[in-house]
Amino acid sequence: MKDWRYWLAEQRGTLLAFGIFIVMFVIYTSNHPAGFTANVVQTAANKGVLLAFVAMAQTLVVITAGIDLSVGMIFLLTNCLASWLVVGTPMQTTLGVIAVLAVGLLCGAINGAIVIYGRLQPIVATIATGAVYYGIGLLLRPFPGGSVNEDLADALTGRVFGVVPASLVVLLAIVLVIWVPFSRSVLGRAAYAAGSSETAAYMSGVPIRRGKFAAYTLAGLLAAIGGLFLTFFTYTGEAAYASGNSYTLFSIAAVVLGGVSLFGGKGSAIGAIFGALAFRTIGDLLFVFDFDPLWQPLFQGVILLVAVSLGAFALFRVRNRLEWFL
Amino acid sequence: MDGAAPLFRMEGISKRYGGVRALEKAELVVEAGSIHAILGENGAGKSTLIKVMAGVVAPDEGRMTLDGREATFASPGAANKAGIVCIFQELSLVPELSVADNIVISDPPKRFGMIDRKAQRRIAEEALARAGAADIHPLALVKDLPLSRRQMVEIAKALARKPRILILDEATSALTAADVSKIFAVLKRLRSEGLALLYISHRMNEIAELADQCTVFRNGRNVASYPAGSKSDNEVVELMIGREYSHIFPPKPTAVPAAAAPRLEARKLSWADRLHDISLTVRAGEVVGLGGLDGQGQRELLLAFFGVLRGLGGQILIDGKPVSITSPSVARDDGIGMALIPEDRKTEGLMLPMTVRENLSFAALDRLSKAGIIDRAAEQRLIDDMVGLLAIKTAGLDIPVGALSGGNQQKVVIAKWLMRQPRIILLNDPTRGIDVGTKQELYQLMRKLADAGAAILFYSTDYDELIGCCDRVLVLYDGAVKRELVGAEITERALISSALNIHGEDSPVGLGVGA
Repeated sequence: MKDWRYWLAEQRGTLLAFGIFIVMFVIYTSNHPAGFTANVVQTAANKGVLLAFVAMAQTLVVITAGIDLSVGMIFLLTNCLASWLVVGTPMQTTLGVIAVLAVGLLCGAINGAIVIYGRLQPIVATIATGAVYYGIGLLLRPFPGGSVNEDLADALTGRVFGVVPASLVVLLAIVLVIWVPFSRSVLGRAAYAAGSSETAAYMSGVPIRRGKFAAYTLAGLLAAIGGLFLTFFTYTGEAAYASGNSYTLFSIAAVVLGGVSLFGGKGSAIGAIFGALAFRTIGDLLFVFDFDPLWQPLFQGVILLVAVSLGAFALFRVRNRLEWFL
Repeated sequence: MDGAAPLFRMEGISKRYGGVRALEKAELVVEAGSIHAILGENGAGKSTLIKVMAGVVAPDEGRMTLDGREATFASPGAANKAGIVCIFQELSLVPELSVADNIVISDPPKRFGMIDRKAQRRIAEEALARAGAADIHPLALVKDLPLSRRQMVEIAKALARKPRILILDEATSALTAADVSKIFAVLKRLRSEGLALLYISHRMNEIAELADQCTVFRNGRNVASYPAGSKSDNEVVELMIGREYSHIFPPKPTAVPAAAAPRLEARKLSWADRLHDISLTVRAGEVVGLGGLDGQGQRELLLAFFGVLRGLGGQILIDGKPVSITSPSVARDDGIGMALIPEDRKTEGLMLPMTVRENLSFAALDRLSKAGIIDRAAEQRLIDDMVGLLAIKTAGLDIPVGALSGGNQQKVVIAKWLMRQPRIILLNDPTRGIDVGTKQELYQLMRKLADAGAAILFYSTDYDELIGCCDRVLVLYDGAVKRELVGAEITERALISSALNIHGEDSPVGLGVGA
C-alpha cells in the first residue's frame, strides 16, 4: 500500500549523496569561468569516474562488513601494467585490456581468499596485500613512463555525440553489467546478509563464503577498471605511492558520503558513485573561487566532516542509550 | 504408525563440548503428522539435540535416519534441503534486509540468474498469510520490527521452505497472546497436512494443548517418552528435574521489613511504548522479583533505573528523595549506589579478552585510585576479598576472563559491582546459562546481601527462582505491572496465570519449570 515509502527509506543514503552532489556541482559550474559547458562537464567527469570506480570497489567489500585498504594499490598496479600491455594493434590492445582486468580480479580474489579462508582481519590482510601490489607496480614502473593505445584512450575519455562524456557512459555500463546483477544475485544478497548478521545468515543456510569471496573479487576487478582509466587519462603508468594511498582513503570517504554503512549490510554502489563525484566536486570548488590550492585539503576535510555528520543526526533520536553502541 | 519406518530417527547421539557432556546416547523418534513436545530443564540437552538435527552441530557419535535412510547434515542448508527446518530461539533473521528478503533467504526465486523480486514478494506474502501475519509489510526492514513481529517473520520464513519436519524452539516466547493462538491454529493445520512438528517449550499449558507425544530430557539423555496427557504435571516435573529442588534456596526471613522509607521507588515510570505507568518500591533488606513472560518490559525497567533510557516519564526516588539518573555513572555514584548485573555478560558485563583482575576493578577504579593512579595494594586487597566471598574458581587473576566457565564469569560480573558496596542491586536474569551449583551460591549470596541491607530487584525468566528467592514478585505484562504477589502467594500457578494475563485462579494452566 505504501511501497514507495519503504523504497524511499532504503534509498535514503543514495538520494542524500545524489542531493549533495547536485548542490555541489551547481555551485561549481555556476561559478566556473566557462559555465555549464560540455568541456567543463567532461573534465569533471573524467576526474570523478576514477574515484567512482575505486569507491564502487570499496563498497562491495564494505557491504560485507569488511574494508579493503588495497584498492588504491590495485588501481596503481593495473595502471602500471596497462602502460605496458594496452598498446599496439586493436587485437593486442584487447588482449592487454583483458590481461589487466584479469590481474585485478586475481588481486581481489587473493584478498578474499586470505580474509575468508585464512580468517585474517580484512584491515590487516589488505594492508599487507596492498603493499605487495604496490611493490609489483613499482617493479613494473620504477620510473613514470610507458604508453597506451591513444585511439582507445581518446575515445573513452572524449565525448559521445559531442556532449555526453564517454567516461560516464562507461561508468553507467559497468554499473549495469557488474553492480546491478551482483546486487540482485544470490551471491550479492549473501554479501549483504553476511555484513548485517553473519550468524543469522549462516543459520539460514546462506552461502556466506561465496558471497564474500565474490565481493572481494569483483572489488579487484572494479579497481582495475579504475586503473585502466587512469592510464587512458595520463597515457602513462606511474607507481605513485601517495596517490594510491589517497585513493584508498578517499574511497572510504566516498562510500560513507554515499550512505554505505561501515558496519556492513547496508548501502549501494550507486550511492558510493555519487559520494565519489560529490567528493571530487568539493575538492575542485576552491579552484573556481580562486583560493590558494594550499587550502584544498583543509577545506575538503571540513566539508566531508559536515556531510558525514548529516548521517549522525539519527543518533539524537535514540532513546535507549545502549543503541549508541550497536 | 507402527510397521512403516518412522519419518526421522536419532540413535545413540552423543556430543561433548570440551569436558561438558551435552548429549549422551540420546534417542528420538519423530512421526509424520504429529506434534512432538520436547521437555527438559536448562542444559538438559534440548538445544544441542535440535542443533544436531538442523545441521548446526555435528554429533560426536550416533546415527540419524530420514525415511529409513541414513542422513548426515554438514550445514543448516543441507538440513533444510532434506526438509528439516528449525526456528531457533535466537532469531536467525538478518536485520538490514527486508522481510521478503529474509523469508526467501535460503533459496530465493531466480530469473535469468538474478533474484526475481516479484516472485519473492509473492512468496513472502503467501508465507506471511500462512503464518497468520498478513499485517507485516514484506518490504519493511527486519530491524525496524518489534520482537514479537520478528518472531512471526521467523515462522513465515520457516513455512516458505516447505518443511517436512518443523522444529520450534521456544518459538512463542516473545509472542503476544493473540499471536500465540494464531500460531497454534497454524501448527494444527500443518499437522493435518502431514508435517512432523517438534515443539520445545517451557509452557506446560501450550504443550497440553498441542502435543501428541512428549519426550523428557535430563542431563543429555532422553529419560521418558509418553503420549501427551498420560502423565500429571507433577510427574513430568519430577522426570525433568530428577530431584527435590526446593531446598536449593536459602530460607527467607519470616517478616518482611516494613515501615522505613523504601530505598528505591518508582512512580508512574513510562518509556516509549514499552513501559506504562510502572510504580513500585523496594525496601532495604528486601528481594523483589520481576516476573512475567520474556520481553514484557522487565529489561527496559531495569535499564530505566540505571539511567540508560532517554525520555523517561515519571519519577525515581532513592530513600524518599527524587533523583535524576542520567547515565550509568550517575547511577553507581555514592549518593545512589546502584549496580546492574546485565543480561548479556559477554557484551555488557565483561571485556572478555582482558584479565580477571582488570575486569574486577573496572567499576571501582575511581575508589581505588588517587589522582588518577591506581593503588595496586588496595586493589589487590579488595579483589582478594571478592574472590574469597564469591568463591571464584580461576587459575589466576591475570588470565583472560573469557577462559573462565560461564558460572565463574557471572561471579566476576557480580563481584565487580560488589566492590563498590552497592545499596541497590538490579539483576537482569543473572543465572541464565550457568550450572546448578553456581546458581545455588548466587541465591545464597543474594539473600546475604539483602540481609546486610541491600535493596534487590531481581528479574528472572525462571519461575522457580522467583518463588525460591523473592519476598515479593511483580508480574509485568505488556510494560505494566499486572499483579503483585507477596510471600506465600508466590506460586507457579499464580505466576503463570498472571504472566499470561489470565484472570482468576481456576484457569486451566499447568506448571512451567525452568526458562
